[in-house]
Amino acid sequence: MEREVLLQATHLVKEFPAKGHKRVHAVSDIDLTVYAGETLALVGESGCGKSTLGRTLINLIPATSGTVKFEGVELTALSRRAFEPYRRQMQLIFQDPYASLDPRMTVRDIVAEPLETHRICQTREETTRRVVELLEAVGIQKEFMGRYPHQFSGGQRQRIGVARAVALRPKLIVCDEPVSALDVSVQSQILNLLKDLQGEFNLTYLFISHDLSVVRFMADRVAVMFLGRLCEVGDTELIYKRPLHPYTRFLLDAIPKADPRLKDEEKQLLQGEIPSPIDPPAGCRFHTRCPYATNWCRSEVPQLRELDGRQVACHMAGEI
Amino acid sequence: MDELTLKIEHLCSGFFTERGYVPAVDDVSLEIPKGKIVGIVGESGCGKSMIARSVMGLLKYPGRITGGSIQLAGKELVGLKDRQMQAIRGCDMAMIFQEPMTSLNPVQPVGKQMREALLLHKSVDKKAARDEVLRMMEQVGISEPEKRYVSYPHQLSGGLRQRIMIAMAMICKPKLLIADEPTTALDVTIEAQILQLIRNLSRQTGMSVLIISHNLGVIAEMCDSVYVMYAGKIVEQADALTLFDQRSHPYTSGLMASVIDLEAPVAERLPAIGGVVPNLLHLPAGCAFAPRCSRASERCKTERPELRELAPGHLCRCFEGGNA
Amino acid sequence: MALFKSKKASISEELASQIGESQTLGVQLRRMARKNKMAVASAVFLVLLVLAAICAPILTPYDAITGDPMQRLQAPSAAHLLGTDENGRDVLTRLLYGARISLAVGVIPTLVSMVIGVILGVAAGYAGGWVDYVIMRLADVMLAFPSLLLAMVIMYTLGGGVINIFLALSLIEWASVARVARSETISLKESEYIQAAQSIGVRPMRIIWRHILPNCLPALIVLFTLNVPSAILSESSLSFLGVGVQLPNSSWGLMVNLGRQFLYNAPWISLAPSAAIMLVVLGCNFLGDGLRDALDPHLNND
Repeated sequence: MEREVLLQATHLVKEFPAKGHKRVHAVSDIDLTVYAGETLALVGESGCGKSTLGRTLINLIPATSGTVKFEGVELTALSRRAFEPYRRQMQLIFQDPYASLDPRMTVRDIVAEPLETHRICQTREETTRRVVELLEAVGIQKEFMGRYPHQFSGGQRQRIGVARAVALRPKLIVCDEPVSALDVSVQSQILNLLKDLQGEFNLTYLFISHDLSVVRFMADRVAVMFLGRLCEVGDTELIYKRPLHPYTRFLLDAIPKADPRLKDEEKQLLQGEIPSPIDPPAGCRFHTRCPYATNWCRSEVPQLRELDGRQVACHMAGEI
Repeated sequence: MDELTLKIEHLCSGFFTERGYVPAVDDVSLEIPKGKIVGIVGESGCGKSMIARSVMGLLKYPGRITGGSIQLAGKELVGLKDRQMQAIRGCDMAMIFQEPMTSLNPVQPVGKQMREALLLHKSVDKKAARDEVLRMMEQVGISEPEKRYVSYPHQLSGGLRQRIMIAMAMICKPKLLIADEPTTALDVTIEAQILQLIRNLSRQTGMSVLIISHNLGVIAEMCDSVYVMYAGKIVEQADALTLFDQRSHPYTSGLMASVIDLEAPVAERLPAIGGVVPNLLHLPAGCAFAPRCSRASERCKTERPELRELAPGHLCRCFEGGNA
Repeated sequence: MALFKSKKASISEELASQIGESQTLGVQLRRMARKNKMAVASAVFLVLLVLAAICAPILTPYDAITGDPMQRLQAPSAAHLLGTDENGRDVLTRLLYGARISLAVGVIPTLVSMVIGVILGVAAGYAGGWVDYVIMRLADVMLAFPSLLLAMVIMYTLGGGVINIFLALSLIEWASVARVARSETISLKESEYIQAAQSIGVRPMRIIWRHILPNCLPALIVLFTLNVPSAILSESSLSFLGVGVQLPNSSWGLMVNLGRQFLYNAPWISLAPSAAIMLVVLGCNFLGDGLRDALDPHLNND
């Protein structure tokens, strides 16, 4: 099955300076491919670098090293000016609908901003007409156009954020925890909306989330991240059914299940805390929390390798 | 009849705003037997946190309790003076919050803060208090308690901070622990650790726990009985098994349907409850859920349903209840 | 001094959005008007004072410059509500005309320094790096001087006169404005809606104009109301020390200075302008406090 590659990262690294000439290793040597039309989920716990990876992939923050190619064009090599036309191909939806909309702008102006910035429409009337269409597409009545963000509920605000992201008809949208600030019932509305828009606008999603149940609904493929590195990448169904990386397995086990009958089952819990990205463990970064770690894991970084229909970065995968 | 740690009867509390009175909690009755874990589930703004604050006496202007009674182990709390509440708070009952960072003093080592709580409520000397703090830290699974004793909050991870908060809440051996979204800010693997910790502590010490959460998974894993809240009212209450198996209120069903099952095949679309939470200032004339309810009849729009007993211990605020 | 950081939804914020409570500037001001009577009274007083200063010739029959020698050092009476000075000039008249200069000195240099400070501060905060470093070190140097001393040096060099006072006061005020503007910009720059604008591809200048400045505005309005009295006080001090406004013009500081020698037998000459200074400074401070409470989302919701 040949799939069209939309975005491809090779050896992507992003480090931030930290106190005392140290570095935060947010994203370390990541190879990742996003295919056109798919939803690829980036999963991991807070601080694992998934948001940084998402923003580096769309060149919102510059990579430290490595390359990102979008439809074959190396974005990381482009000048700021040369990159500008690509900006509108890649958009972002934010986590916190309370913080991602300018509190002093009306909904019309918020949604019109991308259109005006890229001079999509000739006249003000045309812009407003487009804004109305966009708001209708995300389920916001056009009567609310003159209102300010705080006059909306969290779910409605997130809809406005979605309208702003699709306004430029981008090819790729990075959804950074788009529903984790919302109530369960509203979550479903937004997830359905995102799925509808994907069909309607022919979108590719990079879906960043810590919530594995949401990811299961949304994603075609999953990439599990731990402390700046990929653990396991592959089809959602396959990985959820037969996780090979121990971290993936623990992650799936840890989700609280909405079934009181399972309550007295003693789960095997992952012990310990996430190590610091300033001073990540040598070898496999998961080895300090992994019950299966060997000396090999402590000394050599496991690379992603093909196994059982997916890629996994674990020396012991398949044997445990 | 079990001994009740907490008995809330007909509690009403709300905010007095410029636009009028906002009834955040409306006629709520709730019981927590000794040693049991009880959950309140609902979406943001449904009043679940207001119940916690009312019980703890933490309502600040313009919020106020306007009626009803709250009894902690038989002692009436409504109407107590601030000073009397202070003696009870942190001693007979304690609370942990969603974001532990905001409830810890950033410029004091955590051990000292915990010791402070102990010195305040119990007549012990500093040395004994320190030993007790270290013992408590060990009990909540903090490794190297001596080292953590002198750490400042910002030096600890979110999970550790929540453990510190739990240790701090537990230090005076309260009869009741209120946990308001205790794991919402934490990662799944850490969440599982903290939930297990709370459950074990309750089992070991016979402490009652009131868990407030929007997450049905957390509720299912933790609770013996569950109250479902919507727009300030209890809409359904039952023991956990009954509630999950024989959900009767359309809102409960809707909530449960929107939880994504990890085992079942993926649906094309998620069942969602349409619409938004009603404005508490202008509640609909009938059932508060009627505008979002797919099964609402004419009666639902004009008449407010009362809680009805469907089976012993299983109450539901719906005219249709029982055949959902 | 990040006065106006955005925060995540709290119970009360959720509540506010649920009952449709609004947060726009106009609504915030109206709410302040309802809640803080002191601030409203101060605003009314200041407006009346400005009107009185403008309409001085209509309000008073006397001349501010030439006095009536026969009426020297008269105590307050029906004819001269605040008495007369050593040249027989009506103190109330001098006070009203002096208000023109004192108020102008309060407002104009403050405005100029705000413009300079905001441009430099926002540039420093948004650009970061060496731009930030250079601008802020310059501001540090300015702030390290005792400001009054600096103003005196400037006045000695340039000579007295109203225009030079404007210049001197603008120069000493901009640094503190720049600091506030910079810290506001830095905290806003981290906010998600600025990131959102960046991800859309909005150019930096436009981000500053459309997103950063409007959201800095509340902080700047408050700062303005606090800097106006400090400029008035500085001018009074300079005039009192003799390097400020020169005769025959009058400003309140100069009046206090000239009345000093008659403090025992004609105290009204000094006391009237002193009281005027005090009232204006207090009024500005009350108004500033009221505005800060009204515009700060944190205080508002608790």
